[in-house]
Amino acid sequence: MSTAATPNYELIQQDGLETNLLEVSMGPHHPSTHGVFRMDVKLDGETVVDLRPVFGYLHRNHEKLAENMSYLSSMPFTDRLDYFNSMTNNWAYALAAEKLIEVEVPERAEYLRVIMAELTRLVNHVSLVGFFINDLGALGTPLLYAFREREKILDLFEQASGARMMCNYFRFGGLRNDVPEGWLERAAKVVDHFPSFLDEYEQLLCENEIILSRTQGVGNLPRELAISAGVTGPMLRASGVAYDLRKVDQYGIYDRFKFRVPYTDGDTGDCYDRFMIRMLEMRESIEILKQALAGIPEGEIMGNAPRVFKPKPAESYGRIEGPKGELGFYLIADGTPKPYRYRVRPPSLINLTVLRDMCLGGKIADAVIILGSIDIVLGEVDR
Amino acid sequence: MRILGGGIFKGMAVTLRNFVGSYLNKKERLHTNDYSWRADGALPQSIGDYPKEKGEQLSDTTTVTEYSRNFPMLLHDGGEPMDTVRCVACQICERECPPQCIYIEKDYDENGKYIKRPAVFDIDVSVCMSCQICVEVCPFDAIVMNSQFELSTPNRFGGLLVRRDDLLKSNDYYHKIHPEEAASRDQKMAVEKAAKEAKKKAAAEKAKAAAEKKAAETAKEEAK
Repeated sequence: MSTAATPNYELIQQDGLETNLLEVSMGPHHPSTHGVFRMDVKLDGETVVDLRPVFGYLHRNHEKLAENMSYLSSMPFTDRLDYFNSMTNNWAYALAAEKLIEVEVPERAEYLRVIMAELTRLVNHVSLVGFFINDLGALGTPLLYAFREREKILDLFEQASGARMMCNYFRFGGLRNDVPEGWLERAAKVVDHFPSFLDEYEQLLCENEIILSRTQGVGNLPRELAISAGVTGPMLRASGVAYDLRKVDQYGIYDRFKFRVPYTDGDTGDCYDRFMIRMLEMRESIEILKQALAGIPEGEIMGNAPRVFKPKPAESYGRIEGPKGELGFYLIADGTPKPYRYRVRPPSLINLTVLRDMCLGGKIADAVIILGSIDIVLGEVDR
Repeated sequence: MRILGGGIFKGMAVTLRNFVGSYLNKKERLHTNDYSWRADGALPQSIGDYPKEKGEQLSDTTTVTEYSRNFPMLLHDGGEPMDTVRCVACQICERECPPQCIYIEKDYDENGKYIKRPAVFDIDVSVCMSCQICVEVCPFDAIVMNSQFELSTPNRFGGLLVRRDDLLKSNDYYHKIHPEEAASRDQKMAVEKAAKEAKKKAAAEKAKAAAEKKAAETAKEEAK
């Protein structure tokens, strides 16, 4: 083969043999990409030489749509950003808008918000771990065990909000409706049961030699790179930075709960760290849930906020510690019922920016699990 | 010292325990088929033998949960639907609907005078995303969510567009599918109505007092 025929490819001299780099387009319809996402990978044998993430296949014009409708109307669209965590998406948007109209949230609503957000974190982490092991090749068992538990929490969401995934439950100044009678007892039952499932799950996965050898030392993310790339959430904590907005901002009533933030003590994090951080975070979420379910008071769930309003010209940024990282909504009000600018800071997209750095030099099969360990949802990456 | 492959055996023991336990000790071992976290503690009706056996619960008035929402309906207060329909065609829901699936036309009598009811009220099932924003913005409590979910149709043109007359449902039906919500809505409406009547009465009394005062003044002037 002559060099002239393939001018774009570098040629590799190895033992006197000339070989080409192989360019592979993984995706957009590939089971490992968690949606419509494409990785343009250049391979030298099995080693990844270059990787280019290509996304935008699921772009739905979320931000521009929201700029053309009233503040309340874009609330159901936030469910569809990260469709695993509609409750936390709602909360971040409600926080941003509540700063604009300066409305107080009643005590009971604050407790219910924390309960919903932590249940969402359980849903997200448990299904992420299932999918992650699925990416490793364990088709079925771990994922289905995870989904079995997830379904119980989704049942709770359905009873409270009327929908399993597209909850649309938070409102500016509170929540749409109170939880039905007996809901808190049922939630307590699910929460009490969860640790025994986690014990079983850890026994199933955490010492498995195949998982250890596939994930340890794979996809290293150094602390400096994680910080400078703006990575947040469990990924950042897996790289050795104890940064959690629940502790830093203490939005809502998180200052009242006693919980720990798990992080690694090394200065680099691999896929196994990111997997374990999520397992540990679920334990802490259960602690928060137990405290919240014990301390929830009776009372109103909706503050004195109008349905449709015209905020004074101002700007606000509401952010929360979503299950995937810092989820922020930036709003500029111009005195009309519609936001002048509406911008989402999606944790999935920003965590995805370090994909190339983590994959370079690794094997192509490892690129799949590195992507799985980032925990992306394409609805949020592309918006 | 760990044996190589010990972790795998440990994990396999878990799957084996789940496998055997699923036959022997369902509730404690597998944690499935335990629906005690549900309101009625029973297997959800929708899982049952759904397409074959519908059962009473799954008829037109399915109550999946109290807050279940699938598609809006228009409320009337009984009797001839179009005489007691609560909707006045103010078009707030049409404006606020996030996916823009509502289409409303106002109704006029033969003299071209606006009568407070919709002439056309269409909702597109294929566009509606069951978000309930229309219910929340409606100032007349006229539009609420139905929980009926068997909306599939073989007719893709027109079959997915629900017209006004199909959307009209009585308040009794609403009480049947969402008992708690309907009761609180009725209560809220009664309070609002009472407040409105009290205001009207106060205004009437004020007007009466003003008229009396004026009459007295004119009488006084006449007397002069």
